[in-house]
Amino acid sequence: MLYREAGDFKTSYVADNQTFPIKFDRYGYYFILGFAFLVMPLIINDYWANSIVVPFLIYAIAALGLNILIGYCGQLSLGTGAFMAVGAYGSYKLMTAFPELNIVFVIILAGFVTAAVGVLFGLPSLRIKGFYLAVATLAAQFFLIWLFTRTAWFYNYSPTGMISAPERFVFGQAVTGPRASAVSMYMICLVFTVATAWLARNLTRGSLGRQWMAIRDMDIAAEIIGVNPLMAKLTAFAVSSFFVGISGALLFTVYLGAAEAGEAFGIDKSFLVLFMVIIGGLGSIFGAFAGAAFLIIGPVLLKLLLVNGLGWPTDLAAHLEVMIIGALILVFLIVEPHGIAALWRTIKEKLRLWPFPY
Amino acid sequence: MSDTLLFAMEATLNGLTAGVMYALVALGFVLIFKASGIFNFAQGVMALFAALTLVGFQSGQIPFSHLINAMFGTRLHHFGWNMPTLLAIPATVLVMILLAVLVERFILKHLVNQEPIILFMATIGLAYFLEGVGDIMWGAEVKALDVGLPKGMSGAVDDATFAWFGYGFYIDRLEIWAAGIAALLVAALTVFSQYTKQGRALRAVADDHQAALSVGISLRFIWVLTWSIAGIVALVAGIMWGSKSGVQFSLSLIALKALPVLILGGFTSIPGAIVGGLIIGVGEKLFDFFMSPIIGGATENWFAYMLALVFLLFRPQGLFGERIIERV
Repeated sequence: MLYREAGDFKTSYVADNQTFPIKFDRYGYYFILGFAFLVMPLIINDYWANSIVVPFLIYAIAALGLNILIGYCGQLSLGTGAFMAVGAYGSYKLMTAFPELNIVFVIILAGFVTAAVGVLFGLPSLRIKGFYLAVATLAAQFFLIWLFTRTAWFYNYSPTGMISAPERFVFGQAVTGPRASAVSMYMICLVFTVATAWLARNLTRGSLGRQWMAIRDMDIAAEIIGVNPLMAKLTAFAVSSFFVGISGALLFTVYLGAAEAGEAFGIDKSFLVLFMVIIGGLGSIFGAFAGAAFLIIGPVLLKLLLVNGLGWPTDLAAHLEVMIIGALILVFLIVEPHGIAALWRTIKEKLRLWPFPY
Repeated sequence: MSDTLLFAMEATLNGLTAGVMYALVALGFVLIFKASGIFNFAQGVMALFAALTLVGFQSGQIPFSHLINAMFGTRLHHFGWNMPTLLAIPATVLVMILLAVLVERFILKHLVNQEPIILFMATIGLAYFLEGVGDIMWGAEVKALDVGLPKGMSGAVDDATFAWFGYGFYIDRLEIWAAGIAALLVAALTVFSQYTKQGRALRAVADDHQAALSVGISLRFIWVLTWSIAGIVALVAGIMWGSKSGVQFSLSLIALKALPVLILGGFTSIPGAIVGGLIIGVGEKLFDFFMSPIIGGATENWFAYMLALVFLLFRPQGLFGERIIERV
């Protein structure tokens, strides 16, 4: 009844090509944006910000980035954790070297630094594919983390080997450091998430996104029809690493406040983001958000249920969580290999015909 | 002879023995990849799971006791007897075969004809699942594993090298045993795949799934067989690594170390896995020996991957792999 395209006549090409051609989708999108920007800041508190909303927004950016690389361009990467570390250490070096620079620019610049590193480690993708490439990105993961823990310059020779974010302000509000309020942390992450999602959506709709998808579907055929594989693969690595770098910078400056490369950005982070992308759905912007929400909220709920609800020991709950995540990945791959996004698509197809399916 | 040369020689020998350990894990990968085209990321966790199960059987632990205690408020932990090693190893083998059957029944069967990347992701899921199950079943603390293999410095090697060079090399006896067992394992696998009916069926499946099906080979049975063999290889690897450094979570990380080994040796070659393991083992020990004073220690964490990366640029199919031919 509600979800219809019939009767929604488009009179211009612009209207026909818009991101959400169906009215219901469009209003839903406006509603979510309005809720996130106007209502959430009023009701958010420290617990919600720290345990769910802020990590969700930050990991959604990382999942968007990895989804561009794996879902749109078909290049498997296991180095996400290390690229997040590049973003984090990049933002730390920029913050300490240029104390006057606004934190927003610091985070964007950290994204560009990560993009450069990503292109460097993306170079082998021109010759190698699939699992082989995955192993090559593992080299990035282990080498970069080793570099950050061994080279004192990266953590400004601090005796603990940790980096910690100094206090920075946006519009007079502290967004990093211990005095940052839940609202300001939430708002800066939200702005970055919306901006990157908008960018990702429009990049993947455009010529660049089509080139990526052509490379993903079959690279030799894509090359024959005139896609330059060098440009397509390297831009995918650059854009993906840019997003992942922003996510790492936000994770360190806003959320963690202090970090150590091996501890905060290990291989488990790479897998976490990879799982978000798989469970959410490869090649879907909505999927990146759905996957991030699922893997951030799921463990919190599980812990609430097992530890607070049933009174089980925390280590047992942690093991159960690992087991359940593994089982969920298997179930998703068997039942719906294209993730939550595909489920959502099926629901929308059904909704179109409801209440008169044929 | 100069001291540096002697130390380098010792590092090489240690690298060779460490390489055997990597090769043991890589072997399991190659077996599964050849028979089903699946890149089995769970191989390392299978080694961990096998070692945990073995220790659990040996010490008579009650499986899932932690979970049962939490659910019903009981205080179970041990049956109160110790299983002899000779009985515990076959019991663990049975568990690994059961695992292979379950994996085939509940995962592989449903994923036939999916893209390789989906299958790869499924094995990552399996790795997480098994890790969780292993921890819940037997507890997550570090356990000592002792199956009666000799440990400590090998006196014979020490004496011999002292007599030759005036400097005794330190080689762990366990690693010499590991090398011997690995050689036996490879010989057994070769005999199995060359001279038995099932082994021939296995090679046929590896060659061409459809052709194998059409001459009446059951694909599902072959998959169970392959995963069982990979499980047994994982058990051997788990015993070796477990007796060396205790049974703990880091054991599953050796799976990651086996990846560059595979790349060097090629995904489809059993000798390749051995040679690749030896090259990685020697390479990282020597690199660490010569480069540590210059760029800082712990280069072992990444050297193998970097070597694989550089190697890939020149020879994408590995040393012994089949040439990759691509068609549109």
